[in-house]
Amino acid sequence: MIPALRRYARALARDADIADDLVQDTLVRALRSERLFLGGDVRSWLYTILTNLNKNRRRSLARRPQFMPLLDNNPDASGTEAEGRDIARALATLVEEQRSVLLLVMLEGLSYREVANIQGVPIGTVMSRLARARAHVKASLEGERATLRRVK
Amino acid sequence: MTDPNIPVTEDELHAYVDNELPAERRGDVEAWLAAHPDDAARVQSWRAMAEALHARYDSVADEAVPKRLEIERLVRQPRTWVYGAIAATLAAFIVGGGIGWMARGAAAAPSAFQTLTLDALEAHRLYVVEVRHPVEVPGSERAHLQQWLTKRCGWAVRAPELAAAGLKLVGGRLLPGAVGPASFLMYESASGERFTIYTVKSAAEATQMRYAAQDKESSLFWADDGVAYVVVSSGVDRGRLTQIAQAVYDQMEKSGG
Repeated sequence: MIPALRRYARALARDADIADDLVQDTLVRALRSERLFLGGDVRSWLYTILTNLNKNRRRSLARRPQFMPLLDNNPDASGTEAEGRDIARALATLVEEQRSVLLLVMLEGLSYREVANIQGVPIGTVMSRLARARAHVKASLEGERATLRRVK
Repeated sequence: MTDPNIPVTEDELHAYVDNELPAERRGDVEAWLAAHPDDAARVQSWRAMAEALHARYDSVADEAVPKRLEIERLVRQPRTWVYGAIAATLAAFIVGGGIGWMARGAAAAPSAFQTLTLDALEAHRLYVVEVRHPVEVPGSERAHLQQWLTKRCGWAVRAPELAAAGLKLVGGRLLPGAVGPASFLMYESASGERFTIYTVKSAAEATQMRYAAQDKESSLFWADDGVAYVVVSSGVDRGRLTQIAQAVYDQMEKSGG
């Protein structure tokens, strides 16, 4: 479960250290809680904690000036690097809850129902967030490619 | 009842791509896509987007987990399984997501872990149904089996003693794996449930345990000391599988693997 959480956190937070901080906080919180012993869907629950922690983190960041990494210093092990950066950049332009929906559905393979529970919203909201996120990322990827073509 | 004339909504297109659409509507959507190239192109772009996401981020899941995220460290009780329930659930990873993903027919290349988990599931399915010839070397020749597999595989292959968990060694085989030879051991309980242990050389030195399920088979995977282990069973619950995998893991640790 930890590798999957790390993958989600990395895509969500875009910074390897912040992402692992999120995973660590998530695990500590989970291990401290007794809810685990009662069973239920642990996987969804861990994604929920991580999603909420990231939301809190961003809320506190919002009060401070933003720092953006100049370079993506987490190059791909696989796949084409340029494409990886494209998608990472496109993700960065999404608002938080849309990015989370997109990643939970498309990367982590969760169902709409599970994502609705994680975000605490109706399924309809999940679907409209997903639709907007996909449209936005698509436009962003295509815009980027158009720019490249113009430069050449 | 396929009628491409019933308009397909955008929500349905998303649901179609995400496998959330009721089965009886899939045919309609497919017919709709055949007749509406714009929508088909949109669906295709979403699929490509998913592939790009996996290509970019799956490698994160394949990295060795940093020390500070190890459960033992977090609970500050080195390797006691007092926290059995929690630790097992956390260790139980969901490659299922990954395998389900491949089942969707995505073109994204599977990770090394997915490949060998699938190999192990495949081997399990193939041999576990055998009554007369499930193995090449029977469990009664344990020493010979270990020696032979060790020689052919190139790492110390040990057949763990799982009597405490009610399992007897049926025997083992040598198999071709994706990156070289693989060893395959089969165990059986008095009631006939069969477990197999598949090992192959691993690129990752060590990883957390991961859980993967496909059809009736479920598996736990981990790597230790440059060797990847996959414990597979059919139709048993995750707790039982975790118990067996834990026993295997502990013995491999002890044997200085």
